[in-house]
Amino acid sequence: MSTMPDARGRFGDFGGRFVPETVMGALDELLAAWETAWSDPAFHERLDLRARDYVGRPSPLYRAERLEEYASGARIYLKREDLNHTGAHKINNAVGQALLAERLGKRRIVAETGAGQHGVASATVCARFGLDCHVYMGEEDIRRQHPNVVRMRMLGAEVIPVTAGSGTLKDAMNEAIRDWITNVEDTHYLIGSAAGPHPYPVLVRELQSVIGREAREQVLAAEGRLPDLVVACVGGGSNAIGLFHPFIEDADVRLLGAEAGGDESGTAATLSEGRVSVLHGSKSYVLADEGGQVLETHSISAGLDYPGVGPEHAWLKDTGRAEYAPVTDAQALEAFHLLCMREGIIPALESAHALWLALQRAQPGQVVVVGLSGRGDKDVDAVEERESRA
Amino acid sequence: MRIETPALVIYLMADHDTVELAEAAVRGGATAIEIGIPFSDPLADGPTVQRAGQRALRNGMTATRALELIGKLRRRIAVPLIPMTYAGPVMAYGEERFCADLAAAGADGMIVPDVPHDEAGDLLEACRRNGLDMVPLLAPTSTDERIELACRGAGGFVYLVSVAGITGSRQRLSDRVGPLVGRVRPHTELPLLVGFGIASGGIAREVMDTGADGVVIGSKAIEVSEAEGAEGLERFVAEVGTAITK
Repeated sequence: MSTMPDARGRFGDFGGRFVPETVMGALDELLAAWETAWSDPAFHERLDLRARDYVGRPSPLYRAERLEEYASGARIYLKREDLNHTGAHKINNAVGQALLAERLGKRRIVAETGAGQHGVASATVCARFGLDCHVYMGEEDIRRQHPNVVRMRMLGAEVIPVTAGSGTLKDAMNEAIRDWITNVEDTHYLIGSAAGPHPYPVLVRELQSVIGREAREQVLAAEGRLPDLVVACVGGGSNAIGLFHPFIEDADVRLLGAEAGGDESGTAATLSEGRVSVLHGSKSYVLADEGGQVLETHSISAGLDYPGVGPEHAWLKDTGRAEYAPVTDAQALEAFHLLCMREGIIPALESAHALWLALQRAQPGQVVVVGLSGRGDKDVDAVEERESRA
Repeated sequence: MRIETPALVIYLMADHDTVELAEAAVRGGATAIEIGIPFSDPLADGPTVQRAGQRALRNGMTATRALELIGKLRRRIAVPLIPMTYAGPVMAYGEERFCADLAAAGADGMIVPDVPHDEAGDLLEACRRNGLDMVPLLAPTSTDERIELACRGAGGFVYLVSVAGITGSRQRLSDRVGPLVGRVRPHTELPLLVGFGIASGGIAREVMDTGADGVVIGSKAIEVSEAEGAEGLERFVAEVGTAITK
């Protein structure tokens, strides 16, 4: 299982490179640079140094004892990616790709962002490494994640509003890819999720797997055994694949992904409700109609509001190694408030989806690891606004 | 399919006015018609084709209706008909069934810009079984190795993308077209057609002067149709036709 993907970037039938010819050469270059870097101790040394002194790794594995009475008495551990520099797991990938862009000699960076966490992480590493940063963000997301827009601009990034479609992550990704196609020779596309054409899904997975490697060691140290259940939220799926991947060979560890079930107006639960198609360069599950047209999605959480999902998750679902279930807006909000009030931690709305599912599925005596992928400062205005309307 | 050269391929989005526009384009001298089957997220397309695609989707266009439209066009015009769409709609329809139904409707080939030759295996087989040509796209950034491999499975013509970029009218011709024509020519006997950004007879003439065999015009044809209707399109196509044959 750990040998996935194959040479064509396929996880079973999923993945591949469904992109215009113009960027195929750049993907070959990126793959070659990535393989060289990943087998180069000097690259790991630089990456590990920045993970320690810049990102603040390792992130703690925190036992949330006051939450456990809501979890049938299971022992709940939170993997605290919210404590990373910039407040989410996205920085793990951004630092790694900035180091890769340096190796490729590309000084211009384009990125897409939904919640703004990947945009902030990209703007941050570009400031640190002296790169020129352009972030595409949907208009609707600019409105609901305004603090992150301010942060990106302070960090020197250009934030480009995208008005097409529903003005969310999917549309931002379309524009980022079009920019990349147009400027491919001097531009690196710093994709934020374990999605897109090969080699992005594997490259982002490897850069994010630090989450699962640490969590595995930490839970072994705390409990003397592996967890029964590992839970993460899944939009494109980068924090989930990062947390899941080091546990894939541990057959007794159940892997559970929380998708955004949205509300009566719509969903973003791609694996639960989608069909096999192609979006943004790879074959995977997509929320699309029977004619293959991609549907508008809805989630309270901008970071999960996406009609696609990384190809490795599609494969994990079809092989049965991981399970995925939708969590509604209201359920996520319930978990959001619970974590605030019981543990003094304001989680990202994305992470609150994982938390709710973990509390539901935990059984007495179990050890459960939940990916707390980001902090919720960015969400406080949106939560307040929504609840003052209700 | 056999494309007459110098080739003038006009791209039109499948929509309610396509028959009228296609007939006008052929009267103006179009030697083939490319029919866009709209997709919600067309990564290779600029604002004009995106807008036309969104409009068609709002008007209820689907792959099934586009096939009916192609059938209707086949009965009315004689030049090659080449649908252009993306992997999403093809996969949703089913690759084999899509090719069979296209062939039955009278299409001659297919262009799918997000299925490069590396991923084309199944679709290429389905095209062959149904007598359709799969037209590959090559770009200034294509390596010689990729050019060789793409030409191996090619049919109809080879579509050269004039720039690193997406579709859309441009003011001038990129200086990378000439070298690209030169690099592709030794790998194929098929005509080499240049598209993306060809917005006037003048630019089309420059394309011919690089040694290419013709042009593909999409965004500009849509813009002219939007502004001046079928008559305007016929006039525009005739102008370009004159420019490339003189």
